[in-house]
Amino acid sequence: MTTSAKSQQPKEKEDISIKERLNRIRSSEFIYNYKRNIPAIIGSIIIALALFVAIFGPLFAPQNPYDLTEIDLADAYKPPFWQEEGDSRFILGTDDQGRDILSGIIYGSRVSLFIGLTVMLMSCLIGTSLGLLSGYYGGKIDSLIMRIADIQLSFPSMLIALFIMSAFGRGVDKLLIALTLVGWVIFARTVRGETLSLKKKEFIEATKVIGLPNYKIIFKHVLPNVFTSVIVISTIKVGDFILTEATLSFLGVGVPITEPSLGLLVKNGFDVLFSGLWWVSVFPGLYIMMLVFGINLLGDFLRDELNPKLK
Amino acid sequence: MGNKLLEVKELRTYFHTFKGVVKAVDGISFSLEEGEILGIVGESGSGKSVTSFSILKLIEEPGVVEAEEILFKGEDLFRKSEKDMMKVRGREISMIFQDPMTSLNPLYTIQQQIEEMLKLHGNFNEGQRKERCIELLRLVGIPNPEDRLKSYPHQFSGGMRQRVIIAIALAANPKLIIADEPTTALDVTIQAQILKLMKELVYNEGASLILITHDLAVVSQMADRIAVMYCGKIVEEGSTDDIIKNTAHPYTKGLLNSIPRLNKNLNRLEQIPGMVPNMFDLPRGCKFAPRCKYSKEKCLVEEPKNIIVGRGHRTACHFPLKEGYILD
Repeated sequence: MTTSAKSQQPKEKEDISIKERLNRIRSSEFIYNYKRNIPAIIGSIIIALALFVAIFGPLFAPQNPYDLTEIDLADAYKPPFWQEEGDSRFILGTDDQGRDILSGIIYGSRVSLFIGLTVMLMSCLIGTSLGLLSGYYGGKIDSLIMRIADIQLSFPSMLIALFIMSAFGRGVDKLLIALTLVGWVIFARTVRGETLSLKKKEFIEATKVIGLPNYKIIFKHVLPNVFTSVIVISTIKVGDFILTEATLSFLGVGVPITEPSLGLLVKNGFDVLFSGLWWVSVFPGLYIMMLVFGINLLGDFLRDELNPKLK
Repeated sequence: MGNKLLEVKELRTYFHTFKGVVKAVDGISFSLEEGEILGIVGESGSGKSVTSFSILKLIEEPGVVEAEEILFKGEDLFRKSEKDMMKVRGREISMIFQDPMTSLNPLYTIQQQIEEMLKLHGNFNEGQRKERCIELLRLVGIPNPEDRLKSYPHQFSGGMRQRVIIAIALAANPKLIIADEPTTALDVTIQAQILKLMKELVYNEGASLILITHDLAVVSQMADRIAVMYCGKIVEEGSTDDIIKNTAHPYTKGLLNSIPRLNKNLNRLEQIPGMVPNMFDLPRGCKFAPRCKYSKEKCLVEEPKNIIVGRGHRTACHFPLKEGYILD
């Protein structure tokens, strides 16, 4: 029944539809504030660039670091091109096996971003559903879910992830599971809190009074109203997940060496960091920093803008 | 007329909390005829709203509803399953809430919100639904209903929103509408408009109305009969004329005296002394005794029984202001 309502709207709105909507969005307060918030614009540019590089990177990367035919051991530890022994083929230098650092970063950012975004989606899905259930139904379900969350919050999330990864071994799939297991809690807790306060609102009570079934109240009336918070947490959390993944990989319990993420690249150069071969670690490290910085800039803007309590 | 639409017998709603049992509604009985408007009056915390939610069985933990029976059109709502109640809510009995600013979901257009009711309770296709929405909005006096369908709640003023809420409540042609302080959050000028509109609509659509309010002045203009509640009990019930002119309970008298009057030259408004007692620690005898200027020793120890003081006029008081007899 819900779908029929949605499908009929475009038909009726045809004359005003897309243009009108775009105009409405363009003239909204949100866009007005966005245009005046320089950090948010910088953040979005960084994110857009990073996404572009991650998606289309292989098309213009100087080298495919996984393709053994393109790698020559003789090129090992070449410094960045502006240094004396630099090679113009390797702008940011090479690592111990003669792999181009820039290409490594391009390929590594694909893995890092993939993990960050996937874990965000999975945590968001699981956390939001559990939070809705917990807040809406209350009682035993609520106690059960929230106690699990409490237990998890009483350990540092890094410790839990480390434990899971050491128990199951390296692998992108295992990393996704481990990070989701520590990531859902914040979604669940926030959504539960919002649901609890929404439940007391009269328009939610009114939907009960007209005899709407619970699942419809949850999905049609509660969920859309908690969505702004979910968007804010999701954005900020992507940065968090990328960092956690990088840390785990740096510690050697993250991604396998066949699929190096940015964290693993930093680790690869760490051994030689103090023997003058600084570029192997520093450039991937800088890239992680820039990426997370961009995500946080946008996340902070969204948090201030979408949270009515801060206005 | 004369057909009983709703008959509530010995309704009790208790909240079992850590601090003790709150008897929010304690054994009240009342009935409502078809086409009748019943006003339920009382101070905050007297159990008015809980009564309405109890009738719809929407009391949540730790509340427990008990009743001898709640007969609605001859069917006992108290013994109906949750699934059957879903069909009663909205279709047979609908509710109007106090605060129009929070009673509409801010994320949906008013058409979507009226249609939600129509989809649940009725067989309409898209076109019919839209027509019905326009018809309903016109009925509640919203100008240019065709243009306002796509508006969001924030584009309406409080009075207009309350009209939309009334439209939603009327959408499925319910037999009974429960209005829980429908005008408390509105301007006085808008109050009169909304009340007049509700009275007209109830009359034209052949529905009945339970009007819950703390404002005796509001109900006296609207209701056919009035029930006065105090601390979860009905202390006086009768026709509007009887309640106002032949007041039997000291509490009702107190409420009436505290309505400001322009035609009398009073320096100070009369008030009922004291406060509503703590619901965890109610007085043993008559709940109103500590605040009552007529109270005697008997009032403090013995709970008063219902006394018939006139035709269809009863009160729970040991020493009613009007002669009556105890019904056994």
